[in-house]
Amino acid sequence: MITYDRILIRYGEISTKGRNRNLFVDKLRRSIKRVLHDFPNIKIEAQRDRMFILLNGENSEEIVECLQGIFGIQSYSPAIKVGKDIDEMKEAALALFRKVYREGNTFKITAKRADKDFSLDTGEINQTFGSHILVNIPDLKVDVKKPDINIVVEVRKEACYLSCENYKGAGGLPAGSSGKAMLMLSGGIDSPVAGYLSMKRGIEIEAVHFYSPPFTSERSKQKVIDLAKKLSRISGGVALHIVPFTEIQQLIQKQVPDNYTMTSTRRMMMRITDEIRKKYDGLAIVTGESLGQVASQTMESMYAINDVISTPVLRPLITMDKGDIIDIAHEIDTHDISIRPFEDCCTVFVPSSPKTKPKLEKVQHFESFTDFEPYIAEAVEKTEKLIIKPNTLIDEEIENLF
Amino acid sequence: MIYFDNSATTKPYKEAIDSFVKVSTSYFGNPSSLHGFGEKAERLLKQAREQMANLLGVKSNEIYFTSGGTEANNMAIKGTALMHRSRGRHIITTKIEHPSVKETMDQLQEAGFEISYLPVDAAGIIDISILEKEIRDDTILVSVMHVNNETGSIQPIEQIGHLLKYYPKILFHVDHVQGIGKVPLDFYKSHIDFCSISGHKFHGLKGTGALFIHEGVDIAPLLSGGNQEKKKRSGTENTAGIVAMAKALRLTMSEMNNKLEQLMKIKTYLLNELSVIEEVMIHTPEHKSAPHIINFSLKGFKAEVFVHALEELDIYISTTSACSSKHSSASETLMAMGVTEMTAKSAVRVSLSYENTIDEARYFIESVKKTIAQLRKVMKA
Repeated sequence: MITYDRILIRYGEISTKGRNRNLFVDKLRRSIKRVLHDFPNIKIEAQRDRMFILLNGENSEEIVECLQGIFGIQSYSPAIKVGKDIDEMKEAALALFRKVYREGNTFKITAKRADKDFSLDTGEINQTFGSHILVNIPDLKVDVKKPDINIVVEVRKEACYLSCENYKGAGGLPAGSSGKAMLMLSGGIDSPVAGYLSMKRGIEIEAVHFYSPPFTSERSKQKVIDLAKKLSRISGGVALHIVPFTEIQQLIQKQVPDNYTMTSTRRMMMRITDEIRKKYDGLAIVTGESLGQVASQTMESMYAINDVISTPVLRPLITMDKGDIIDIAHEIDTHDISIRPFEDCCTVFVPSSPKTKPKLEKVQHFESFTDFEPYIAEAVEKTEKLIIKPNTLIDEEIENLF
Repeated sequence: MIYFDNSATTKPYKEAIDSFVKVSTSYFGNPSSLHGFGEKAERLLKQAREQMANLLGVKSNEIYFTSGGTEANNMAIKGTALMHRSRGRHIITTKIEHPSVKETMDQLQEAGFEISYLPVDAAGIIDISILEKEIRDDTILVSVMHVNNETGSIQPIEQIGHLLKYYPKILFHVDHVQGIGKVPLDFYKSHIDFCSISGHKFHGLKGTGALFIHEGVDIAPLLSGGNQEKKKRSGTENTAGIVAMAKALRLTMSEMNNKLEQLMKIKTYLLNELSVIEEVMIHTPEHKSAPHIINFSLKGFKAEVFVHALEELDIYISTTSACSSKHSSASETLMAMGVTEMTAKSAVRVSLSYENTIDEARYFIESVKKTIAQLRKVMKA
């Protein structure tokens, strides 16, 4: 039986990125290499407009599955490389056809002729290969509109490539190709989805979580670690900053009137996140805010909260409906973690009636009686940084148990 | 010592025992406790669940921990019967199931359920067309084991699953206790709703097991109480045993990847060598059988006598299945395959693990020959 010797990868959007292209291709190559870590024999050949994974005997089906989640791939096809001898090409095409053919299937040939010196033109290639297969397989029918099997014969300068299965890639841009941003990761449903969508556009994410023991438990921290772990599958690793927030939250409760504590809390979180961003050279802050979802996510609230920083705040979910966000959360496997019923920093001190339309001047006035600066500096100073990887446990002692 | 009774139980991995001891001493908290110490135990449980799900190719919310294979089988079968008794009271199983399935069925029969037992052919394998004929409007469950514990014969689980796909009201339970780590089984592809495994059959510790329940499938719990295991199996979790089981499964699966070929070689060697011994009649089918079980009769010898004779040489094998080997009745599995009662009473089982070697197999064959010669002298006298 004929076996695939390579997988052809098409970039899609990357190939339009002008001078950035080399960077993008290189990032994509790294992503693929990382994901295919368990297949030591593969070799990656990156070209201007496409990439080949040379299988060297590795299992093509398993690799096809692994490639599904990698950002920056538009589509990909397992393929066979053959010499440009027409008889050899014909035999290989037939063998490939037999591999995928099931009785009753229809087929067509799609010729691509990048090598303009090749002796047959596109129509002739279609005709030659189509008839060769028709002659050899009884009762076979051609269907050029909706074939079950589409044999792609691609003639290039160096060789001819045959393929017949095309898989849709995850799209987007390669991990880490757009620079770094800090993701405010609460533990709810929205923020991991916001992280995922920004990673899809090539942003490298470092997560920031606010931890308020004993008001929030060890379990709520574990929840965030588990969420970060899911996100880390995309990029191979995610940094998670755990900010000790108890003192500031208590201070806010003391200094700010009840219905403004929520607004003030968010402002402090923004300020701290921005300080951490500066420390680690990030360029933006990502949040899971969706317009109008809760009191802190009205236009008025966002205006009052955003005022504390000038860094761009990216809100990938801003116009999305809750149902759509939940669908993505299911898709990326974070939903079930997010709904674990533990208090987090946002739910524990919620006033009975937070202002849905806070005024900036008012919150500035309330905060003006206290100097939060040293508290913020201390929180940043005491922030714990964890590196979360898809398969490693945080605790080495625990890791040895498994 | 040559231990060839791995289908009865296996020697726990040292690594699994180490994990058990470590968890029992350092993380003995109750996973349900609110404090951080309980949280640690809960985390271990979660990690174990995830690891097992990954190794089995399923989702972690589909793994329910039990006290072993017997409980998992009871939980799936009785839980389904209790849940769906108003929809139907007919269950289909086979004539060669493990006692933990068979006796459960007997109990349900007394409670008013109707049970159909599928026959098997000479190789110990059911006929799917007969299964299809047995299906009725009130059938709620089909329970078929993957690898038979006595003969090693493998049932066509994937094909059964494909058939049952067309009967969405019928749930499908597979007893995978003997197959795990030896004969790969794709739970999803086989459309399995319940699948039982037991920790001590793959070098974990006794008192641990798991039931896979497909997402969306519901059963009535047998054990009610503190609502552990999503209310399906109450009782404080055996965290240490579960962690040890997750580790043992990982090690076993990696051994399957590396040593399956070696195991097959040993089995083939044993089959070839045994088949030329005049008194031996092999019951394990050549094809469609697991790589670790060989069942054969020694014509004219009582099985117990032979087991004890080998024991003197520090070789440990089994009469039939360990669970029933203290009763001297003939194996129902073998009789269902058409073996006569006389022959069935002289049947013994050799069951291997990845730790056995070809040298042990050679020594075993020599010992079998020697023992036969000696016993023959005694019996003729």
